[in-house]
Amino acid sequence: MNTQNDQFRVENLYLSFSTRRGTVQAVEDVTFTMNRGQTMVLVGESGCGKTSLGRAILRLLPRNVQDYRGKVFLNSQDIMKLSREKFRREIRWKKIAMVPQAAMNSLNPVIKVSEQVIEPLIKRGTGRERRKAMEKAREVFQLVGVPQDFLERYPFELSGGMRQRVILAMALITNPDLVILDEPTSALDLLTQANIMNVLKRIKQERGFTFILITHDIATSSELADLAGIMYAGQLVEFSRAYNLFREPFHPYSRKLMASVPSLQEKKELEYLPGQPPSLLEPPQTCRFLDRCPDSFERCEQEPPVIEVKEGHQVKCWLYK
Amino acid sequence: MENEQLLEVKKLQTYFTLRKWGFLRVGEVKAVDGVDFDLRRGEAVSVVGESGCGKSTLAKTILALEQPTGGQVYFNGKAIDITDKEHLEWYRSQVGYVQQDPYGALPPFMTVRRILEEPMVINGIKDHKERERRIYQVLEDLKMTPVKEFINKFPHMLSGGQQQRGVIARSKILEPSLLVADEPVSMLDPSVRVEILELLRKLQLDYNLGVIYITHDLSTVRYFSERIFVMYGGKLIEKGEVEDILANPSHPYTRALLEAISDPDPENVNTFKKVPPGEPPSLASPPPGCRFHPRCPDFIEGKCEKEVPPEYELGGEHKVSCWLYEKEG
Ligand SMILES: Nc1ncnc2c1ncn2[C@@H]1O[C@H](COP(=O)(O)OP(=O)(O)OP(=O)(O)O)[C@@H](O)[C@H]1O
Ligand SMILES: Nc1ncnc2c1ncn2[C@@H]1O[C@H](COP(=O)(O)OP(=O)(O)OP(=O)(O)O)[C@@H](O)[C@H]1O
Ligand SMILES: [Mg+2]
Ligand SMILES: [Mg+2]
Repeated sequence: MNTQNDQFRVENLYLSFSTRRGTVQAVEDVTFTMNRGQTMVLVGESGCGKTSLGRAILRLLPRNVQDYRGKVFLNSQDIMKLSREKFRREIRWKKIAMVPQAAMNSLNPVIKVSEQVIEPLIKRGTGRERRKAMEKAREVFQLVGVPQDFLERYPFELSGGMRQRVILAMALITNPDLVILDEPTSALDLLTQANIMNVLKRIKQERGFTFILITHDIATSSELADLAGIMYAGQLVEFSRAYNLFREPFHPYSRKLMASVPSLQEKKELEYLPGQPPSLLEPPQTCRFLDRCPDSFERCEQEPPVIEVKEGHQVKCWLYK
Repeated sequence: MENEQLLEVKKLQTYFTLRKWGFLRVGEVKAVDGVDFDLRRGEAVSVVGESGCGKSTLAKTILALEQPTGGQVYFNGKAIDITDKEHLEWYRSQVGYVQQDPYGALPPFMTVRRILEEPMVINGIKDHKERERRIYQVLEDLKMTPVKEFINKFPHMLSGGQQQRGVIARSKILEPSLLVADEPVSMLDPSVRVEILELLRKLQLDYNLGVIYITHDLSTVRYFSERIFVMYGGKLIEKGEVEDILANPSHPYTRALLEAISDPDPENVNTFKKVPPGEPPSLASPPPGCRFHPRCPDFIEGKCEKEVPPEYELGGEHKVSCWLYEKEG
C-alpha cells in the first residue's frame, strides 16, 4: 500500500468564472487520487474544462474567477490552504509544473534558449547560481533528448518538435513532484508526436515523474496512461485505471467516446455522438449527459452521485447505483 | 462518350520562386515535384503526409488556384488551360473545394443562405426557385436540419462541426463531380470528426462524387477512401488500395508512419515506438536522390543518395518509389 505521503489527491475541486451572460461552471466537484510515478490522462471534448482543471490545480487563475474551492493534497499537505505568496514561492513551478497548451510558440524567439530554460531556477542571477543552473539545464536537455549545444541557440532556429522538448525541459528543471502536460503533442506531426511520446515514456520510467496528461487524442494517450479521467461538461464522469477505460468503459459517455476512436488494426464500425454537450453557463441540474445518452431513464433527471464500482474506479452514473 | 477517368494528373510540378527584395531570384520551393495519378469517377482517394510536404499545394494546383510550373491536369479527358478564362470558370464550377481551416473559411457577415446563394449567382443560376431548392437539398444532405433554423444563422452562431458542414455545403452547391477536401476534420473534436467523415462518404456514394481527401491522420483513411497516396517531400512515394497499404506498407516511410500511429490499447504503455531520426526535408533544398534517404533505415549507399528512385509496380494498383524494389520491378 502506498502511504498518504506518496499520493496526489484532489478533493471536491470547483472553479467557475463570472461572465456577462452568467456563471461558467468549468470545473465542478472533481475528486481523484493518484500515486507517485503514475500518469493520469484527462480526456474529453473541447471546452469540457480540462485546461481549467489543470489551472485550478496550479492556481493559475484568470481575473474573472467566481468560485474556487476544494482541497488539493500534495505530500499530505493541503496546498489550497497556503497563502498566495507561499504557493507562488514553494509550489508553483517548484513542486507542480505545467506545460501549457500551445506553449512551444510562447518561447521568446530572440532570447537564447539557455536564458529561458534556467529562468525558473535563478532568483538573483549571481555567477555561482547561474553556473549551477546551467549545469542543471544541460542535465534536463540530456533527459529530453535535445543536443546540449542547442542551449546556445535561439528558438526560431529550432523545429517544432525540438521547441516542444525545450518547453518540457523547462517544466522538469526544478524536478517537480507533478507535471501537468496540456496537449503536448497535438500541434505536432505524426512522427514528431511519436518521438515526444517516447521521450515522456522514457523519463517516466527512468525518473518516476508523476504526470497529468491533458489531451483529446485518446489513441495516443494510451502510450502513457496508468490512470484515466473522463471529463464531460465540467465534471469528472469516470476515473479508473487506464486499462478499464480502453477495454471496458462504464459510463455511457466513455463508451461512446471510445467507440469513436478510429483504429488501424481492426475494421470496426465507428460511432459518433449526435448533438452537443450542454453549455457550461448555468448547466442543468440533471445528469449532464442526459440529452445524448442512449441508456437514460427517469432517475437521470436528477444529478447522479459518484459511485465507486470497484476499488479506485469511480463512475458518475445512475446505472451503477 | 464520357471518360472513365475523372481526373488525370501527369508529371505535375509546382515550384514557388523565392525572391529577395521582391525581384531577385534566390531559389525555389519544390512543393509539388512530379506527381502522377488518376482518379476514377466516383472514387475517393486519400493523400497523407506530414506538415509541409506539399499536400495543400497539390490540391490548389489541381483546382487551378496555383499555376503548375510543369506537367498537366486533365479533367474528363480535357487538359485544363489556365489561360482560357471561360474554360477555367467552367472547370471551377465542376470542382468543389473544402479548404483547410474551417474557422476562417466562412465570411462572418453573411448568413448561411447568402453563403450558399453567392456561388450560384456568380455561376449564372438565375432561377430563384432553383437556388432555393438546391440550398434546402444540400443542407438536408448535410443534416443541418431543420433547415429553416440554420438558413438565417451567421457562422459565429454555429458550432465547429456545423461550420465545417457549412463549408462542405458550399463546396457542393454547384453540384460538382469532384470534391477536394483539405484536412476537412483536423480542427474538430474526435467525436464530431467521425460524423463529418461519414457525411462526406455518404455524399460521395449518393452523388458518385470523385473525392480527394487530404489529411495527416492516417487512422481515418480506411473509413473513407478506396486508395491511399503517401506524400513525402513533394512526391507521391507510395500508392495503392487502402487494405494493401495497411497490410503491406512497402516504402520505409510509409512503414514509419504506420508504426507511429497508436491504436487505443492499454498495452502501449510497455513499448517504445520506432521513429526514424531527423526531420522532413526542406523543400527549398531537398536532399539529392531519394528525399527520404537521410532518415531511411534501409538506405542503400551509392544508390539512394544519388538517384531519384523510379516507380515500381508491386501488383494491382500498388506502386512504390523506392530502390529496395529495383529487382522486383
Ligand atoms: N476566463 C474565462 N472566463 C469565462 N469562461 C472561460 C474562461 N476560461 C475558460 N472558460 C470557459 O470554460 C470552459 C472550459 O474551458 P477549458 O479551456 O478548460 O476547456 P478544455 O477542455 O481545455 O478545452 P480544449 O480541449 O478546447 O482546450 C469553456 O467553455 C471555456 O469557454
Ligand atoms: N505561396 C508560397 N510561396 C512559397 N512557398 C510556399 C507557398 N505556399 C506553400 N509554400 C511552401 O511549400 C511547401 C508545401 O506547403 P503546403 O502548404 O502544400 O504543405 P502541406 O502538406 O499542405 O502542409 P500542412 O499539413 O501543414 O497543411 C511548404 O514548405 C510551404 O512553406
Ligand atoms: Mg484546453
Ligand atoms: Mg496543408
